[in-house]
Amino acid sequence: MSFFQALTERDRVFDFMTPQASTVDVRHGPILYMEDVTVSFDGFKAINKLNLTIDDGELRCIIGPNGAGKTTMMDIITGKTRPNEGSVWFGSRHNLLHMNEPEIASLGIGRKFQKPTVFEALSVFENLELAMAADKRIIPTLTARLTGEVKDRIDEVLETIGLTALRYQPAGILSHGQKQWLEIGMLLMQRPRLLLVDEPVAGMTEQEMERTAELLTGLAGKQSVVVVEHDMGFVRSIARQVTVLHQGSVLAEGTMDQVSSDPSVVEVYLGADDEEAA
Amino acid sequence: MWLTRPFNERSTQIFLLILTVAVIAVTVLHLAVPAGHPLYVSGYTVGLLGKYLTYALLAVAVDLVWGYLGILSLGHGAFFAIGGYAMGMYLMRQIGDRGTYGDPILPDFMVFLNWDSLPWFWYGFDMAWFAFAMVLIAPGLLALVFGWLAFRSRVTGVYLSIITQAMTFALMLAFFRNEMGFGGNNGLTDFRELLGFDLRSGATRLGLFIASGVALALGYVVCRSIVGSKLGRVCVATRDAEARTRFLGYRVERFQLFVFVVSAMLAGVAGALYVPQVGIINPSEFDPIFSIEIVLWVALGGRASLYGAVIGAVLVNYAKTVFTGVMPDAWLFALGGLFVFVTVFLPQGVAGLLGHLKRRRDDEPSDSETPDKEATA
Repeated sequence: MSFFQALTERDRVFDFMTPQASTVDVRHGPILYMEDVTVSFDGFKAINKLNLTIDDGELRCIIGPNGAGKTTMMDIITGKTRPNEGSVWFGSRHNLLHMNEPEIASLGIGRKFQKPTVFEALSVFENLELAMAADKRIIPTLTARLTGEVKDRIDEVLETIGLTALRYQPAGILSHGQKQWLEIGMLLMQRPRLLLVDEPVAGMTEQEMERTAELLTGLAGKQSVVVVEHDMGFVRSIARQVTVLHQGSVLAEGTMDQVSSDPSVVEVYLGADDEEAA
Repeated sequence: MWLTRPFNERSTQIFLLILTVAVIAVTVLHLAVPAGHPLYVSGYTVGLLGKYLTYALLAVAVDLVWGYLGILSLGHGAFFAIGGYAMGMYLMRQIGDRGTYGDPILPDFMVFLNWDSLPWFWYGFDMAWFAFAMVLIAPGLLALVFGWLAFRSRVTGVYLSIITQAMTFALMLAFFRNEMGFGGNNGLTDFRELLGFDLRSGATRLGLFIASGVALALGYVVCRSIVGSKLGRVCVATRDAEARTRFLGYRVERFQLFVFVVSAMLAGVAGALYVPQVGIINPSEFDPIFSIEIVLWVALGGRASLYGAVIGAVLVNYAKTVFTGVMPDAWLFALGGLFVFVTVFLPQGVAGLLGHLKRRRDDEPSDSETPDKEATA
């Protein structure tokens, strides 16, 4: 249909006239819904007919051997990679495949990358201040004031990530684990509905892992959290629901015990992993 | 109001106090002390100090983009020179028919080149308000166009430094040409009056010195209010992790452009105050060496601390005056040696040394830093 024909259609409302729903519709349960998603890079199918549903407020762990498509999956959700087939919905109202990266981010999907990048010269407090959802144009930024409301929000997040005592310290002096928490805190400042966390405990000490487990389980319920992790001990300590990816599609799904007793999972992942670890 | 925020900061209060006291002291010592007395400040010295103050403002402008935004501009001399040329054009038009050739409209060099009318870009410079506006607009516009092209293409780091250098070099070559209409390699000189005040009189010289002090104070406050705002923190974030800042939703290139333009305008003001005090503006101000020297002042004084830039500019230029008087050939060696010394022993510059001493003194009593920061945050 040509553009002019579309203009003469009297019974149809123009797209730009329809109100853009901004709130995420989770009345039907799932906050993220991926169906039959396929991505191929030069013929290699990184994701192959992937189906995944994350419920609102859920904490989900995704595991899988290298090359299983975990990172590609996150790239699809955040809009960095476009799938060749399939559909990805955020709630039952937003089609993520029709949105670009900033739009998806402002919709409330936050992603934490593996390597923590915090602003080392700025204090912990200032790091959170910059990350806060606000008008980010020049003049509003120049004249921005630290209102009580903003301070309260930053204090709340500082409390959550356990860095209240270090609030005025430059982020550069934080330990690796503390930087990871600060990074999670910076995501929380944007009040995300869905947090994608990539390998949060890589390089952490035992105590830091425990603290991270508490932090992530504490976030679940308020936010939906998807954790991609290699460390099986850590996954066991936080996961209620585990999804195993293999060669771009879901191999098994269930509680950690169900998954780890699944023979196919043992074959492709846990068994091999144990041998490697041994 | 964000512009008044710096007045609550201890460092700004101290800086403004020292600057005010220094300007008043020089004024009093110049006017009230009889010539020949050891404390007498001569008219020559007043002019020299006024020149240092304009250099200090230029250093503050460079520190704003280099220290806080991480853009090492090796072409800030160009903005300084353009501000200077805008002022120079006004001063040329003020000469009127008192030039050597006595032409009521055309400056001497145009008569000499057998031009019969004023080029279009000289129109309006007989009016002070227009010329003074151009002091801000011309460097700002150049920075806007240049910065827009550079930052939009995400040119940063060494590459940006190189193209800023190329920019000022190209401008130098262009201004050397007589056909450009800016006096060629002789530049603009033989000025007589500024706003009706005779530029050769001691009182005007003193007035220009005080004006330079006021301009430095204002420039400092403007920079402080930018640096101390959330925008300043976005700049620091951009400096240290540009991609991350962009990921947080800030349009990094617009912030860079904004700060770059503000800095260029400050450099233009510095140039405009410099020209009537030294009595000449010529294309050598576009020389890349000069732009590099500005960066040296900032490095010596302490990058990312605005008062450090002021200290650096004044110290280096005072040393330059002394050295070039005592043994002219040794100056470049002394400058090089000074730079090596500071890089090795004072990586944070003089300001870093001051901050270090302050911390050592503060460590004795309780930690007074934290509540102070909360108040200013």
